[in-house]
Amino acid sequence: MTAAAAAGPAEVLATVGLTARYGSIEALAPTDMHVEDGELVAVLGPNGAGKSTLLRALMGLVTNGGTVRFRGRPLPRRDPVAVAASGVVLVPEGRGIFGPMTVAENLELGAYRLGRDKAEFERRWTRVFDLFPRLKERLGQVAGSMSGGEQQMLAIGRALMADPKVLLLDEPSLGLAPRVTAEILETLHRLNQGGLPVILVEQKAPLALKLAKRAYLLSVGRIVATIDPREITSYDDIAKHYFA
Amino acid sequence: MLGAVPWVFAAGLVGYALVAGGYMATVVSFALIYAVFVVGLNLFMGFTAQVSFGQNAFAAIGGYSSAVLTTMFGWEPLPAMLTGVCGAVLAALVVGYPTLRLKGHYLAMATLAIGLITYEITVEWQSVTQGYMGISGIPPLGLGKWTVTSDRGQLVVLIAIVALSLFAAARIRASRLGRAFFAVAGSEEAARALGIDVARYKLAAFLLSAGFAALAGSLFVHVVGFVSPEVYGLHMVILSFTMLYVGGIGTVAGPLIGALIVSLLPEAFRGFKDYQDLAYGVALILLLIYAPRGLSTLFRRREARS
Repeated sequence: MTAAAAAGPAEVLATVGLTARYGSIEALAPTDMHVEDGELVAVLGPNGAGKSTLLRALMGLVTNGGTVRFRGRPLPRRDPVAVAASGVVLVPEGRGIFGPMTVAENLELGAYRLGRDKAEFERRWTRVFDLFPRLKERLGQVAGSMSGGEQQMLAIGRALMADPKVLLLDEPSLGLAPRVTAEILETLHRLNQGGLPVILVEQKAPLALKLAKRAYLLSVGRIVATIDPREITSYDDIAKHYFA
Repeated sequence: MLGAVPWVFAAGLVGYALVAGGYMATVVSFALIYAVFVVGLNLFMGFTAQVSFGQNAFAAIGGYSSAVLTTMFGWEPLPAMLTGVCGAVLAALVVGYPTLRLKGHYLAMATLAIGLITYEITVEWQSVTQGYMGISGIPPLGLGKWTVTSDRGQLVVLIAIVALSLFAAARIRASRLGRAFFAVAGSEEAARALGIDVARYKLAAFLLSAGFAALAGSLFVHVVGFVSPEVYGLHMVILSFTMLYVGGIGTVAGPLIGALIVSLLPEAFRGFKDYQDLAYGVALILLLIYAPRGLSTLFRRREARS
């Protein structure tokens, strides 16, 4: 990490004038943002600010314009499969776990693109249980019958099975008790400390700012501020945007 | 252990028909043909959670290919069947490629249209299909000199085909392909975000289901010896949907159980005479109330489901 820092941290994922629209409605104004090697970047903002849309536009899951660059190369625009193949992996809002399937099957689906490389599969498999030992006890359980927190762990674990180079998380705290949220964010912190760049979308700004190196503040489909968490003394400035 | 109950039940019923022969064998034969059809429908609707009201079109393509090729061109049943299945899969490819971009109701409407169009073609293309008159004298299943003409013989062949179909469905369910189907069913967006090509797997499920539908359509004409447009009418869609839901959508055993129960229930209520349809209707409603996920899920512990 120090060597990378000396050379100036490398940009991993960046958007240039990224836009998104649902039909004729523009949901994301041209947006420039980026995440660097080993960084955890938070995207904050009130409900309907376009946070999820930003992540979906990054993945190519919505009609988008502009450019998304991954390690300098532009990613295809409306092709989430190709984006995922390059190592950009999304944990969608509401977790998107496959409820009728078992925990094990969900995790296996995460490694869908891996094919038959047993050794690599094992490596990813053990890493997930290192981070979420609870999932290991639940392997045979139907995913839909687990608690919200466990489902969120599964959603993250499944994304890790895809061996992401950048992890995009959409409101992992949604609907979870504070204690469970803390546990999950702590795991995210560990992952990030291990060198994985993360873009974390959160409505609960104080939680995200504890982990983030930088934060973008989104309001009505555009970035209105870039925040350095160390300079935050009160949340009044942020709150202004939430209630604007 | 309890998971084996539906299989034992089905085996008992089919075994009884095999021993009893006669009318019972005929009813169960039709049930087994439908089971093949519903196995295919289940791949598309159960495993992949898409909707198609147009599977009867593929059955018609299979059935009419068999009928026309054997009666007009003197083909053997087996290559005629194979041609029908290939033709149906090709038709599904042509139709599925544009329509599978549609979702929910729109996909349902589009597939319904495919079924209706195929029906019209079988009625109007008289030089080939003989319209409402239908085609008779279709040879029974067989290979070269060896043909299956007895009720029991046909039943044995159908049992083998259904067993193979169910085995295929079970293998697909446990495979990478099957997991992708279930992922598409679970959440298209989540599947895409994991790098699963949703459009491709929807199409794959559609082609597979068309293949099973055509096989069933073709089996029907060789077993009955006759085909007319009504055979593949809208009632086929309704009946197969009932079988799928009564048996258990998304399960492996469901299509067989559903096909057997829905075929045999009206027979069981024959003694009710005028009230037969009423009793049948009540039985279906009760089944859906007390086994909403299908009969084949009744004996399964919730936690152990995989």
